[in-house]
Amino acid sequence: MAVQYDVEAGDGVHPGKPVTVDRYTAGARINHWITAVSLILLALSGMALFSPSLYFLTGLFGGGQWTRAIHPWIGVVLFFSFAGLFLRFWKANLWKREDGTWMAKIYDVLTGNEEKLPEVGKYNAGQKMVFWSMSALIIVLITSGIVIWEAYFGNFFSLTQQRVAVLVHAVAAVAAICVWIVHVYAAIWVQGTISAMTRGQVTGGWAWRHHRKWLRELVTPKR
Amino acid sequence: MAWENVIPNPPTQPVKAVMSERNLVKRSASSQALPAEPMTPVAKLIDVSKCIGCKACQVACLEWNDMREKIGINEGTYNNPEDLTPASFTVMRFTEWVNPESDNLEWLIRKDGCMHCSDPGCLKACPAPGAIVQYTNGIVDFVHENCIGCGYCVKGCPFNIPRISKVDHKAYKCTLCSDRVAVGQGPACQKACPTQAIVFGTKDDMKKWADGRIKDLKSRGYKNAGLYDPPGVNGTHVMYVLQHADKPEIYANLPRDPKISPIVEAWKGVTKYAGLASIGLFAAFGFLHYLVAGPNKVTREDEENAERLAGSK
Repeated sequence: MAVQYDVEAGDGVHPGKPVTVDRYTAGARINHWITAVSLILLALSGMALFSPSLYFLTGLFGGGQWTRAIHPWIGVVLFFSFAGLFLRFWKANLWKREDGTWMAKIYDVLTGNEEKLPEVGKYNAGQKMVFWSMSALIIVLITSGIVIWEAYFGNFFSLTQQRVAVLVHAVAAVAAICVWIVHVYAAIWVQGTISAMTRGQVTGGWAWRHHRKWLRELVTPKR
Repeated sequence: MAWENVIPNPPTQPVKAVMSERNLVKRSASSQALPAEPMTPVAKLIDVSKCIGCKACQVACLEWNDMREKIGINEGTYNNPEDLTPASFTVMRFTEWVNPESDNLEWLIRKDGCMHCSDPGCLKACPAPGAIVQYTNGIVDFVHENCIGCGYCVKGCPFNIPRISKVDHKAYKCTLCSDRVAVGQGPACQKACPTQAIVFGTKDDMKKWADGRIKDLKSRGYKNAGLYDPPGVNGTHVMYVLQHADKPEIYANLPRDPKISPIVEAWKGVTKYAGLASIGLFAAFGFLHYLVAGPNKVTREDEENAERLAGSK
């Protein structure tokens, strides 16, 4: 029997018509949504300071001074919140042999020909790439963000370090927003996904179609 | 000598202020074309060779701008305060330099402060519309009610001049006494200088004044005397006469060829456009993909397979 390498705490399957599958615990969902709200607020406040054409977004935060003051603190919230998600999800996101095959067949992924794809565990290669790229980007963002946090760290770093940090922060933020678009779009496109993060459950058919290996592990009695 | 007394005295009668929104040539984080009314470019010329380090300019600056500096501590140099602060827009930087040619100790005293670049890095970096403005006479000014305290101007500045107040979180620097210049007066530091080491007038007049000073210095053995008006920032509206213009670094690290850092140019240039474009492309790809491929739906067959696998009764 295959080792249950990517079943996470709280995952479970309930036979019935239809079958329901527990995918995310209440803790994981709350953790996710704190991260999600932080990321959206960070994107809005960050974009406001990134491009003059989006400066009007500072109005959402009570003006420019408030936006400047609050953005780094939301970043701190996101960092710790995402760290929670990382600890929950990293193991099931380790790269596996079938992930390479899945990526090689990205055309079949995009055209919805799932019968041509290898069976995958709790996360497919796309989700794993979202996970790892977000993890890396958030480390880059918090590090570069501290260097340019004028109110507290303005005197700690040289001007060259600050200039590099502000450029790195902008590039990493753009990349994070692009990854976020992929993440959100995939959740909308692959129907039946969003309930995983709202009610914590998906249908058996969803698990069969998209994460069959995970479903097989769940129905196999634990030894 | 010919270069003496070429600068007219300021008016003694009240005059109408001439600098206003109509005279702005650049406004931070704003794309609209400014119908700038031209003014004659002005400049402050600081003749390092004539400075006696009395700090009258620092006092006049604090007084005119109604700023108070904390009582500091002796850092082991004559610099007081040790660096520019949100209150001290100008600081005398003292350097003891031994001239290797003459073996003389030379006391180089450079009055540091905003250089009022023609290509201001602070203004380029600023994200807040109208927080930094440049007038057609060359003065670069901070408009504090628009400032958000992000510190981007600090990163943009090639001279490390702006300072962010810990009290109101706004950026401060020399205004070139734009309020005085608007009514025909010279800046407070120039007014207070007892040796005419600081002079103020039109940029052309200041260059002529500098020429005379440089000739004088050369006649007295300073063969490398020259004007500091760095072309990397399209010239500045605060210029120095240096005894050793070939070695600006000896004057407390005055940059040899200051220009806006290429990192800042990349951040405010290609990154901004490429960044917004990539975000747009990702969103557009998602939208188009949905139009072409449609939603990825779970089928009845998938559910039946799952029921079989889970052993549903």
